[in-house]
Amino acid sequence: MKRKSWMLSVGSIIVMQCGLVYAESQLASKSNDIAGQVKHDVEVFQGFFADRFSKVEFADYRNGVYALDAAAREQWLEIEEFPPYEFSVDEGEALFETPFANGKSYADCFENGGINIRQNYPFFDEALGEVITLELAINRCRESNDEAPLPYKKGAIASISAYMASTSAGEVLETEVASEAAYQAYSEGKKFFYTKRGQLNFSCADCHMEVSGLRLRADVLGPALGQVTGFPVYRSMWTELGTLHRRYAGCNKNVRALPFAAQSIEYRNLEYFQSVMSRGLSVNGPSARK
Amino acid sequence: MKIKAKVKGDAVAVKMLINHAMETGRRKDESGQLIPAHYINEVVAKYQGAVVFSAHMGTAVSKDPYLSFAFKGGVSGESISVTWVDSHGETETKEAIIK
Repeated sequence: MKRKSWMLSVGSIIVMQCGLVYAESQLASKSNDIAGQVKHDVEVFQGFFADRFSKVEFADYRNGVYALDAAAREQWLEIEEFPPYEFSVDEGEALFETPFANGKSYADCFENGGINIRQNYPFFDEALGEVITLELAINRCRESNDEAPLPYKKGAIASISAYMASTSAGEVLETEVASEAAYQAYSEGKKFFYTKRGQLNFSCADCHMEVSGLRLRADVLGPALGQVTGFPVYRSMWTELGTLHRRYAGCNKNVRALPFAAQSIEYRNLEYFQSVMSRGLSVNGPSARK
Repeated sequence: MKIKAKVKGDAVAVKMLINHAMETGRRKDESGQLIPAHYINEVVAKYQGAVVFSAHMGTAVSKDPYLSFAFKGGVSGESISVTWVDSHGETETKEAIIK
């Protein structure tokens, strides 16, 4: 307890990393308390941002950097008034409703016909022993119906994912970590998040926690909390929609690290960890970003 | 093309998003071949037959152009029509009801 109170009194990244060690040692001594440990991690993570940006309301974190940067927010609100991803959502809906060659459709692969379910992804599939993201589930659906899988970063899969997300607007993420195996995947994602990589030697946490809200050249760095809720996103820089894993790869390249493949185990675990950390925020994808 | 028109104060704010490739003719595809130019030349908006907005555009405008303008004298419930013509002579006209 003494160590814990010391931990909470200092709000820095180093402490978050100690939290990881602390988490693991506690797991060894008390393996049945996974839910409690994860809950503690979420509280520390969300508490970090509550301390750092005390004026930002919790629900606003799903708007990424626009929760912090008033000038950019003004422009972004204008964009969201007539969002550039509207054509893609329409395209995604058409693709979603087009039957496969065997007569079945995407709706047959998902619960509730694929509507209003985005908030349930990613989840840890206990039977398969891996994290299942929405994009992965879309392609597994295609493969089980003898259709070729779609490329993961952009195009049709981003449009379908955007349409599915749009039917789940406002639904709250409650990503669960319910087993030892799930905790393993969660911990891998957490390790990824805090591990420095690339020639520039940055971790996700370095930019999106430690210096979040500060400027990197002309742009303000967004908070890690809530990063997953708005995907897929239409980036002005891309002039099209892209998936979360496309963004992860871009981030890795920015720090001059070799990116992992989209839907690799590494990125799926990272998405899983980030979704757990964003518990309590609601789905607002697709959205527009710079 | 998508159009949204809304009364704001004493003017009608019109916003439109046009689905168009807007190829400059200077880009190359993966095999190194030039992609032929294909872009919108002109956009005209009419309210009750009168032109309330017109724009001459060229290759400097981005893919899927977004345009907005406002005009006075529009009434809620009436419609506004927008037409664009591109360098291939293709055209599209759409109407939207002013909210």
